[in-house]
Amino acid sequence: MKKKYLAIPYVVWMAIFVIVPLCLVVGYSLVNPEGQLTLENFKALTQYWTVFATSFRLAIIATAVCLLIGYPIAYWISREGPGVKRIAMIAMMLPMWMNFLLRTYAWMSLLENTGIINTLLANLGVFKLINAVFGTELTYFPMINTPGAVVLGMVYNYLPFMILPIYTVIDKIDTRVIEAAEDLGANGVQVFRKIIFPLSLPGVLSGITMVFIPSVSTFAISKLLGGGMTLLLGDLIEMQFYGNAYNPYLGSAISLVMMVIVLICMAVMNHFGEGEEGAVYF
Amino acid sequence: MRKPFRTLFLFLTLALTCAVLTGCGSGSSNGEVNVANWGDYIDEDTIDAFEEETGIKVNYSTYSDNESLYSTLKNGSTDYDVIVPSDYMIARLIEEDMLEEIDFDNVPNAANLDGEFLSGLDYDPEGTYSVPYLWGVVGLIYNTTMLDYTPTSWDVLWDESLSGQILMFDNSRDAIGIALKLLGYSYNTTSEDEITQAVDKLIEQKPLVQAYVMDQIFDKMEAGEAAVAPYYAGDAVVMMRENPDLACIYPEEGSNYYIDAWCIPKGAANKENAEIFINYMCQTEVMAANATYCTYAPPSSAARELLGDDLADNELVYAPNEVRELCEIYTNLPQTVLDLYDQQWIRLKAA
Repeated sequence: MKKKYLAIPYVVWMAIFVIVPLCLVVGYSLVNPEGQLTLENFKALTQYWTVFATSFRLAIIATAVCLLIGYPIAYWISREGPGVKRIAMIAMMLPMWMNFLLRTYAWMSLLENTGIINTLLANLGVFKLINAVFGTELTYFPMINTPGAVVLGMVYNYLPFMILPIYTVIDKIDTRVIEAAEDLGANGVQVFRKIIFPLSLPGVLSGITMVFIPSVSTFAISKLLGGGMTLLLGDLIEMQFYGNAYNPYLGSAISLVMMVIVLICMAVMNHFGEGEEGAVYF
Repeated sequence: MRKPFRTLFLFLTLALTCAVLTGCGSGSSNGEVNVANWGDYIDEDTIDAFEEETGIKVNYSTYSDNESLYSTLKNGSTDYDVIVPSDYMIARLIEEDMLEEIDFDNVPNAANLDGEFLSGLDYDPEGTYSVPYLWGVVGLIYNTTMLDYTPTSWDVLWDESLSGQILMFDNSRDAIGIALKLLGYSYNTTSEDEITQAVDKLIEQKPLVQAYVMDQIFDKMEAGEAAVAPYYAGDAVVMMRENPDLACIYPEEGSNYYIDAWCIPKGAANKENAEIFINYMCQTEVMAANATYCTYAPPSSAARELLGDDLADNELVYAPNEVRELCEIYTNLPQTVLDLYDQQWIRLKAA
């Protein structure tokens, strides 16, 4: 009983900074500038479905890439000794000590047409070689200002959020379970497929959640690395507040719909995850 | 027994949190002035000198564009005493009764400004709400090594031979405005048809555009990453110092002439200090210092005389009269047209 009091500041904090803003968003999305109740905002939203589609597509790609890169890394780290683990953790966390915008700016100077990567490749004679072989007239690889660069930015920024939960879960797997499987004649592939992977699914699920949600709502990355060519949901929402029209009502409606879609995605995923977990135990 | 205590505790915590929160925000005091200006848009030495001379503490903050300034004012989340909106935003703020009238008895230095900037400006016809700070014209900046001709028109931004080398404003009003100008329409048109045509023109341009950017134009043009970009001609002076291959022209179709001016938002807590601050900023030497720092033109011939020759006689800082005659100041557009701008901008971005 006593312990519950300790949670009160947290509850108050949540009430002020989570519940109240959420209520504001819901409230705003349901009124027009004159303050009357209306569903107009949601109706106006339908014209922006392409933006929703682009955002979710890029976020799904980024999450998938994060998973493909993150899982093997997490698996590898968890198998190494404590020294390697510590270094790997530091290497992963170190960039995160820097502000996210700064890191994204760094990618800009890396990816630009006259940027570090292209200059390096030019100096190494890579373009000359390619031009000689294929008869092209390449002077740089166009990398920045493409949807690919946006996905790269998302993957780079959110990869640690994929690795960490997966690593934590794999690291906690009881080695005796693996030994038992080996004793019963499972080979390496079978151990991974039947024991490690199913047991790591909760980590995978939280990793996916933690990468997908910020990816789908990001806005700075598309501006900096995408050259403003691809409009994402985050940009669209920002525009309602900082654009010409100043329409926080529509902005709130977009945010709300986005939250609901994300919530549904997560619910579906968790359901799917529970099923998998169940399969392990039976 | 326990339950009431818990409620009380909850209440206390809540009250305390509220007290802390409000304590940070407000706190009326004398000897302060809260100034909000565009980023990197003042010689900060002038602020230090003002504090020293008057003993008034300046709380200086910055914003990135008129629209975000408007948004913060509208939210009422700030307590600015002095702001520096541009022409069309001043008109909008006046229209929505969001500005205080300035008491010019407290701003005698306004006399240092040229007459044309004190009254008769469309956005503030009587000149009662604003005191001009700096002005300029949007120009077309290009890299002479990447272009084999001298551009004269906005149509260079549609030149297919420059595909991938073109930068465009990432701001609907400026970008759509350029297309409107090229089509021979006004920057301030309210015709849905003309605006739609302009956006069609921008969609046609999109495959050639390297990126839609604002401040990044500096980096990209200086590094030779792009060949042409529209931007404020005063800023071209700064870019040309970094990269001598750059040049800037005023397109023949005409361009956007803008004035940024000191204003006092409605209900400013330190209105008198705000006026003292504005008055200080209107001293000839201070205007010259800020103009030198920002490389934009001060609204005062006296201040112009104090500028170095590289600025005072520079057509990129002082657009010649024949250029200004071709230019238009943005006016405040009706809400329906602003909505249309946003919709059309999204149409371009999603295309």
